[in-house]
Amino acid sequence: MAKVTGAVDKIDYAELDAILAKYAGKQGVLIPVMQDVQNLYNYLPKAALEYVSEKLGIPLAEIYGVVTFYSLFHLNPRGKYISRCCQGTACHVRGGASILNALEAQLGIKPGETTMDGRFTLETVACLGACGLAPVMQIDEDTHGRMTPEKVAKVLAEYN
Amino acid sequence: MKSLADLAALRAKCQAEIAAREKGKTLVIIGMGTCGIAAGAREVQKALEEELAAHNVDNVIIKQTGCIGMCEQEVLVDIARFGEARVTYGKVKPEHVKALVEEHIINGRVVPELVVGRFPDANQDKGFGDVPKYSDIEFCKKQQHLVLEHCGVIDPDSLEEYVALGGYEGLAKALTAMKPEEVIDQVKKSGLRGRGGGGFPTGMKWQFCRNSVADQKYVICNADEGDPGAFMDRSVMEGDPHRMVEGMAIGGYAMGATEGYIYARAEYPLAIKRLRAAIAAAEQAGFLGENIFGSGFNFHLQVKEGAGAFVCGEETALMQSIEGKRGMPRPRPPFPAVSGLWGKPSNINNVETFANVAMIIVKGADWYAGMGTEGSKGTKVFALTGKIKHTGLAEVEMGTTIREIIFEVGGGIANDKKFKAVQIGGPSGGCLPESMLDLPVDYDSLIKAGAMMGSGGLVVMDETTCMVDVARFFLTFTQSESCGKCTPCREGTKRMLEILNRIIDGKGREGDIELLEDLAGVIKDTALCGLGQTAPNPVLATLRYFRDEYEAHIKEHRCPAGACSALTKFVISDRCKGCGLCKRNCPVQAISGEPGKQHMIDTTKCIKCGACMANCPFKAIDRE
Repeated sequence: MAKVTGAVDKIDYAELDAILAKYAGKQGVLIPVMQDVQNLYNYLPKAALEYVSEKLGIPLAEIYGVVTFYSLFHLNPRGKYISRCCQGTACHVRGGASILNALEAQLGIKPGETTMDGRFTLETVACLGACGLAPVMQIDEDTHGRMTPEKVAKVLAEYN
Repeated sequence: MKSLADLAALRAKCQAEIAAREKGKTLVIIGMGTCGIAAGAREVQKALEEELAAHNVDNVIIKQTGCIGMCEQEVLVDIARFGEARVTYGKVKPEHVKALVEEHIINGRVVPELVVGRFPDANQDKGFGDVPKYSDIEFCKKQQHLVLEHCGVIDPDSLEEYVALGGYEGLAKALTAMKPEEVIDQVKKSGLRGRGGGGFPTGMKWQFCRNSVADQKYVICNADEGDPGAFMDRSVMEGDPHRMVEGMAIGGYAMGATEGYIYARAEYPLAIKRLRAAIAAAEQAGFLGENIFGSGFNFHLQVKEGAGAFVCGEETALMQSIEGKRGMPRPRPPFPAVSGLWGKPSNINNVETFANVAMIIVKGADWYAGMGTEGSKGTKVFALTGKIKHTGLAEVEMGTTIREIIFEVGGGIANDKKFKAVQIGGPSGGCLPESMLDLPVDYDSLIKAGAMMGSGGLVVMDETTCMVDVARFFLTFTQSESCGKCTPCREGTKRMLEILNRIIDGKGREGDIELLEDLAGVIKDTALCGLGQTAPNPVLATLRYFRDEYEAHIKEHRCPAGACSALTKFVISDRCKGCGLCKRNCPVQAISGEPGKQHMIDTTKCIKCGACMANCPFKAIDRE
């Protein structure tokens, strides 16, 4: 599936129906449904939430409450690549803050923001569990270990 | 799968098939845990395949395995020629592959510069006597791999390999030869305590759930390993997922539950993938599903992905999250054993706890209770990270001292720096100084010392780590992860964090330390759940052992470790030769200067990352 970047202006309801059908008749499906919707659009468009709310019979306010509770859900469009800087303990004592500083300086954005060209969104993550290779950062699914501030630009350059 | 005999037949079949398939072949086994892949395991595999093809070598089977716990040695590649020793190579890069293929695979000669060790096997020593056995390597000597016995050894995606090594024997024995009460009895007698942090006796917890009468009960595995710095659960799930499935099914039988959930963090995509594959394979083989081993016992298991909330590691919050709600804790009682998921009796244990169950059933409670200390039995897996030489996973018998773990297994402090403290137990735990290193690790002695077992993260810190900053680090974490339901945690941690922030910014006031202690006491006594009740621990423990550092920040505006950036700055001294290396390595172009002349740092641009200092060949950059 091609990855969507930027805001979605048209929702394909058939795709949402296909997601909902997967969970039909099951209990406690809101979070997995939201995860699938986000996988589809890279964020949670309002129109999609309204549709899911109607179909699942869960008030939109409750859905909003749930998606804002969990850090992996996003209500705003995100960049083409998600760059996550690990802030775990092992990374912290091995200079994780300097990696985040270098990322912020290179990209010119703060965590939670997206670059003007829509290429990168910068996020922080509590721990990636790759502590043996600390400090660690991740771009999409690729984990980059044994980072140094100087290596940041090199890693970013691999993603166009 | 209808009887013990069926399992025995299946095991014989698996062993025969594996032997037939691998006869005469050379095995190449690549560590494909998250760490291995991050270190470049896929690139190494690709290079290997190309190199083998270039040499027309076709009697090689390339397999994957999980994490053996030697993170700093990744990428790890094992090579075993048919009938010869299995030798492990470490820090393998694509450029090393040519030597491995030409020397070891083709000619049977070890490549000494990359060798880590070999799997001990008396029959296969020939020609490999110079390669140290695993049991003789410093990192492994003090270790005892029980929970991790298969991690880094078998292919986690292969039910066949798990069964061939005796897998599902515990489930078979429980279901065909034991009553549920007898299973609980064995778990009680073994002395197994919850590995997720609290250390509650597992058998008792199971008994409570068994005693509850209901039409439906649930077994839940807490795989929301949120403690930053801990990754043993990830390694077990990635490296030996069937062990989890088996442990949970035994638990389900003992408690009378037919449904199980594994609640895993979404940050562990590989673990989730392998667990799902293991569940599907176990269903296919009849280890899950209806009428398992002809016992009439049914058990179904599914994985639920978390969505990024640390508080969901708390059991009542975790169940809310499975139900699709905001993961907020609720007061107990009622305990989950009485009213848990969807109001039904439920039992929650952590990954490592379930991973211990099958071997207790197979080998017996007495065997298990023979290991460890009086109050803490068996082994514990620790994640060794931070400023330590050998980062990785260490599984040691309970009662091993922290000094042995750090200085023998872990090889001591990296870069010849001086040991300062070890943080144990994650955000709920505490930092212990040098004087506490001879403490044996067990649940009770750690609590007494002001730390806790937690999930078993050991983050080692050296003299350049500021303890006030460490306390702030953990409080920043718990503060942002506080769910906001109860006031002491929501407001209290925020106020504590504000105080720590101003101390670190050099604006600390007289009386701040006492105020921190006061707030900490109130939060501990009044917060609703474990997250809040333990959130002040890192502050209290650092105050207990490193009070002088707090005082130096407040009274002298000085960071003794030279780590707090508001209290330090980088300057280039007249030792500078103008080589320009610092300028080139500065990620924010804060350094200016002409070649051959002393350079300067623009402190308004400097982000204090230290890259200039690290790269200066003349040690001309000082931190003031």
